[in-house]
Amino acid sequence: MEFFNNHRKLFTTALFMFVALTIIVALKPAINNQENNSPLPNAEPLNKVEMAGKKVYISEGCVACHTQQVRNVEMDEVWGKRPGIAADYANIRRTDFWRNTATLMGTERTGPDLTNVGNRQPSLAWNLLHLYQPRAVVKESIMPAYPWLFEIKDSVGVEDVEVIVPEEYRKTDKGKVVATQKVLDLVAYLQSLKQTPLTNESDNPEFLYKKKKEPEFLKEKVGSLDGKALYASNCQSCHQANGEGLKGAFPPLKGSSIVLGDDLELLVSIIMLGYDARPEYAVMNAVGKDNGLTPEEITAIINHEKTSWGNDAQTVSTEEVKKIVEFIELTSGK
Amino acid sequence: MVVNSIFNESGILITIALIMVPVLVGALLAYSKAIQVLKELNTKHKIKEFQKRIESLSEEEINELKQRQEELEFRLADNELSGKHLPKDKRGLINKIEQIEELRFIDRKKKSIPRPSVDPRLAKLILWFLGTATFWLLFGTTVGEYLGIKFVVPDADHYSWLSFGRLRPVHTNAVFWGWSSLAMLGLAYYVVPRVSNVPIFSVKQGYWTLFLVNITVITGSLFLMTGINNGGGEYREYIWPVMLLFGIAIIITLNNFLKTIARRKTKEIYVSNWYIVAALMFVVVIAIVAYWPTWQIGLGETIVQGYYMHQGVGMWFMLFTLGLMYYYLPQQLNKPIYSYSLGILAFWAQIIFYTLIGTHHFIFSAIPWWLQTVAIVGSAGMVIPVIAGTTNFLMTFKGSWHKVSNSYTLPFYLIGIIFYFTGSLQGTAEAFRYTNLLWHFTDFTVAHSHLTMYGIIAFMLWAFIYTIVPRLTGKEPPQSTVGAHFWLALIGLMFYTVPLMIGASIRGLMWMDAKPFIDSVSMMAPYWLWRAIGGSLMWLSHILFAYNFYKMVFQKEEIKIPDSPQEILRLREQLEKQQTT
Repeated sequence: MEFFNNHRKLFTTALFMFVALTIIVALKPAINNQENNSPLPNAEPLNKVEMAGKKVYISEGCVACHTQQVRNVEMDEVWGKRPGIAADYANIRRTDFWRNTATLMGTERTGPDLTNVGNRQPSLAWNLLHLYQPRAVVKESIMPAYPWLFEIKDSVGVEDVEVIVPEEYRKTDKGKVVATQKVLDLVAYLQSLKQTPLTNESDNPEFLYKKKKEPEFLKEKVGSLDGKALYASNCQSCHQANGEGLKGAFPPLKGSSIVLGDDLELLVSIIMLGYDARPEYAVMNAVGKDNGLTPEEITAIINHEKTSWGNDAQTVSTEEVKKIVEFIELTSGK
Repeated sequence: MVVNSIFNESGILITIALIMVPVLVGALLAYSKAIQVLKELNTKHKIKEFQKRIESLSEEEINELKQRQEELEFRLADNELSGKHLPKDKRGLINKIEQIEELRFIDRKKKSIPRPSVDPRLAKLILWFLGTATFWLLFGTTVGEYLGIKFVVPDADHYSWLSFGRLRPVHTNAVFWGWSSLAMLGLAYYVVPRVSNVPIFSVKQGYWTLFLVNITVITGSLFLMTGINNGGGEYREYIWPVMLLFGIAIIITLNNFLKTIARRKTKEIYVSNWYIVAALMFVVVIAIVAYWPTWQIGLGETIVQGYYMHQGVGMWFMLFTLGLMYYYLPQQLNKPIYSYSLGILAFWAQIIFYTLIGTHHFIFSAIPWWLQTVAIVGSAGMVIPVIAGTTNFLMTFKGSWHKVSNSYTLPFYLIGIIFYFTGSLQGTAEAFRYTNLLWHFTDFTVAHSHLTMYGIIAFMLWAFIYTIVPRLTGKEPPQSTVGAHFWLALIGLMFYTVPLMIGASIRGLMWMDAKPFIDSVSMMAPYWLWRAIGGSLMWLSHILFAYNFYKMVFQKEEIKIPDSPQEILRLREQLEKQQTT
């Protein structure tokens, strides 16, 4: 055919087809998306410190292993209360003239999703130690350590934030490990990562591919919830798998008077609302509230704590816990 | 989802079946090789036995043998018809007499056929392209190997420049823009003028491209290691001022090729040039769309990212390499391509379907549902160009299968083609919604990208390089190290990908079961170890490849005492000339 033997016609046609399809599947949808979405009214933009932290997140390439997107499938429900929507990202603009927009949605989950990590793990002490040496808090972790975000100082100044590092993870025995501004910014950014709730929760898009619901009669069995797994997901990163905690940072649960004692109300309220009564340890955040734990799940966790690592105390029933949780929710003004 | 039910999902079954193809072909190749080696060993053994018997021969037996020999050697004088004049080969019909003197452990493969000579200036440019590409392959995969080790030993070092997050894009970009792109461009500088039957428009412009692409990768890698990147889109980590150099380099070569094609002496434009020129045009469009520094707010960035990363792979690397394949495969088999029109069909089908599939990296994300569906449909449509291409290449092979076992280049072609089929269709299977649920965000994606960028692109590029460099330099690589390169790369790739795919599937199931995340990390440990082992084999093969490349370019020629009449006469002539002057 003559057409195929004329390089002008042939190559122009191919280019035209490609550009036309590009406009349809990339240019138009992208422009459409950026013009017709605005951030949620109750979404808080990043402040200066958090923005600086985001830049550290970008330059260290955290996106290689951490996603920031909750898909509309049920398996992603652990990462956020609702699936992500376009408005969640609408506020993100180009980092600067030289660098592109960083939505940081990512494509690999070698590590956990961070969309809602500000709610899940808000503790400053935990985050700093975890960044200095992830294996000090999560033994199985393969995340890189970031010691260059810390300084070693002879004495800790008034403004300085010291990180207590367990002996075996110290690089030198001399000096104190102090957080630099960079890592404080980074943690501020991580703490700011919270899913903004929709003003009307019934507008939440649905999670698809739901598991088949268990028949009602199976639900009656209280033991069906795995306390060990729930502990691993919610408590273990601080209190550790062996329940011994970390010296100078997170208290042990093994042999703890609160865990073994009879004051169930105190124990439930610590899990629900957090704890800051002991100056030698870091502040505990409101794990139960932040992670939306149900009375059944709290019961399973408490019973796991009461009966593991040599602990041997009376287990509790869901009813008891339920009452306390309801009371706490009433009084804490939710 | 119940664990057993994943084997009822079509996407998964397709993938398993596909992975079996290269495994079986590899096994078949290894089997026939093994049989051959065994046979040779057996013969050697028999010869030894025989030697022992000879040593113990008695005087009598020897005499008997001698007598029989005399009888057998009785000949006519052979000049009963021709007389006593010496024979002469007046028309020079007898040529190239080879003798076999000893048993060979390694099968002697066919040498490359001398081709009409290439302009030495162009040959030098091509060798520069391929040489720097080889350097980036070594650099990029050394980085990759180290990253693989970091999964097993996360505290291997604590330098910010070498931390995982910064180094990962250094690896991907170095093998993309450094190794693959430079090799493709160099190989095209041979193809484009050759099929147009004219010299290249400008050799000098070629050097500009070479220079700029290398500068891109050097500065890009340095920026990434110091922590300056574009903001997280995969393969888009170089900032735009760096990528601009790459863009200029491509435009220079595009112009160079178009001017060469415009002056062609053939009536048709050979299909290779369709693919190559299209790939060059498209990658410019892709880069402009993705890097234009004033747009992409919010999800706009994600949509463009999906488009960019997949067009980069499919419209640059794949399209370009297919174009090279349409030239080098028929060339190496010494027969025309099976069907020219299938090649044309695949060309247009690739443009139509491939352009649509970008967003299949963001299925179930917040981008519009219709766009996700278009991407899935486009991915299914990719079956057409892939099957058209594979059929075409395999049918070209048909009738020449015997050549595979005595050529050191054809196995690379064959594996490249098989992975083209397997890897591409695996991509289609991965785009289905259920398979996405299981595999998305896991290391399955990493395995897939290695099956394709390595199994398809790298194997094909090696095939072409081993085909062309001996023709440019007249020097052959040592066959034993080419063979070792091939087997280490292939076996390494299988060790790398198969355990990773198994581990990733288990991980996906654990996530669906809402198991604690950290459990899915410890579960992966053995699979990550296997990946590092496979990666090491692949890395080793690249060192051998670099050695082979060195041998093909710099190997000192054996000093040969001339024995052919032409040579003797020519030398004498030269000598006489020297004496007279």
